[in-house]
Amino acid sequence: MLNIRRIALVTVLAAGTAGCGVNTIPAKEEAAKAKWADVQNQYQRRADLIPNLVSSVKGAAANERGTLTAVTEARAKATQIQLTGDQLRDPEAMKRFAEAQGEVSRAILQVRQLQEAYPDLKTNENFLQLQSQLEGTENRISVARRDYNASVQDYNTTIRQFPTAITAKLFYGAKPLTPFEATTPGADQAPKVSF
Amino acid sequence: MSPARAEPSFPKLEGRVTDAANIIPAGSRAELDAKLRMFEAQTGRQFVVATIPDLQGYDIADYGYQLGRAWGIGQRGQNNGILLIVAPNERRIRIEVGYGLEGDLPDAVASSIVRNDIRPRFKAGDLPGGISAGVDAVLKQLQLPPDQRAAAAARAASEEHRSARSSGPGVGTGLVILLILVFFVLPLLARSGRRGSVSGVPIIFWPGSFGGGGGGWGSGGGESSSGSDSFSGGGGDFGGGGASGDW
Repeated sequence: MLNIRRIALVTVLAAGTAGCGVNTIPAKEEAAKAKWADVQNQYQRRADLIPNLVSSVKGAAANERGTLTAVTEARAKATQIQLTGDQLRDPEAMKRFAEAQGEVSRAILQVRQLQEAYPDLKTNENFLQLQSQLEGTENRISVARRDYNASVQDYNTTIRQFPTAITAKLFYGAKPLTPFEATTPGADQAPKVSF
Repeated sequence: MSPARAEPSFPKLEGRVTDAANIIPAGSRAELDAKLRMFEAQTGRQFVVATIPDLQGYDIADYGYQLGRAWGIGQRGQNNGILLIVAPNERRIRIEVGYGLEGDLPDAVASSIVRNDIRPRFKAGDLPGGISAGVDAVLKQLQLPPDQRAAAAARAASEEHRSARSSGPGVGTGLVILLILVFFVLPLLARSGRRGSVSGVPIIFWPGSFGGGGGGWGSGGGESSSGSDSFSGGGGDFGGGGASGDW
């Protein structure tokens, strides 16, 4: 009888310790960092499209130098503001990053809207191709951001819920990660320009 | 911080052509199904046509990648799934491309297929024709040359077996912990000798966080059984690549 009790106790402890979060907490943090890397990749991908965008528009909309310069500058500024995986607990840094990318979004939208004033652009194959690439990238950015926020929520919940909260505090001194928040209303919607 | 996003509800995956909006006649459906089945057999890539009666207020791009993930189209690890999604009530089209195929079917090509192959036929009222043309165009883009097909299909088959084997709990962690407890805790308990002395041990870790241990009770994804009649997703992932359009 005592044997069974001991075995039962050991099983309970095994299950309990396996469930206390000692492995899952760092795993979830790494998952969040990986998702953040995805977000950065997608933003970089968008930044890479901008020089093409500018040159495809230059021919048709030569007078719009201001708009074109604005997007080039926004891009340069955003590339300066990197956010590494270790800075994910710094809400100020996250805010700066989000704002810089928000500027780029706005500037790109201005360029894309030029096709209203310059209908020639609508038949420019290069421009059209860039539109689809930009839309695709914006969509990927949205998905990557949502995935990142979901992984942050998962981690933050784990370090707050009982009993993993105990392990979080004692073993890891875990602090919450910062989600990626839209800085302007509607900024989490991919900018849409219809043909 | 905004609350967790709600997920749309998706129709049941009923085969490589899931016509939940009922716009494809039976003959076309059979023809499409045969093409898509052969495509998977030859390349290991999963291509599903889905017609959706109601996008529930979601943008089709938003809906599309979640649908792809919910159905798990494409092989796990390779993420080589594609969906052609038509929402006739919202008049929206989307070609959703899995992570692994974004190089083979870039956004620009997907956009061109939507614009040039599908949209004109939809505008003329021919939905089945548009879908068929779109499928053909995608297949043309993604079909492998014959010498690569055998290798790709073999890879897909071995992915199936691998995912079937590894589905289930992470045995390793639990086992290690169990062994430690057996070799350290049991002797301590034995030494204490008296009955009832174990009652002071805190049982607080039990049982709520079982899901934390070992990392994967329910994560064994679907197996793709391309040999039999039933079709299921291979567990592929989507990242938002592809192109949308409307008519």
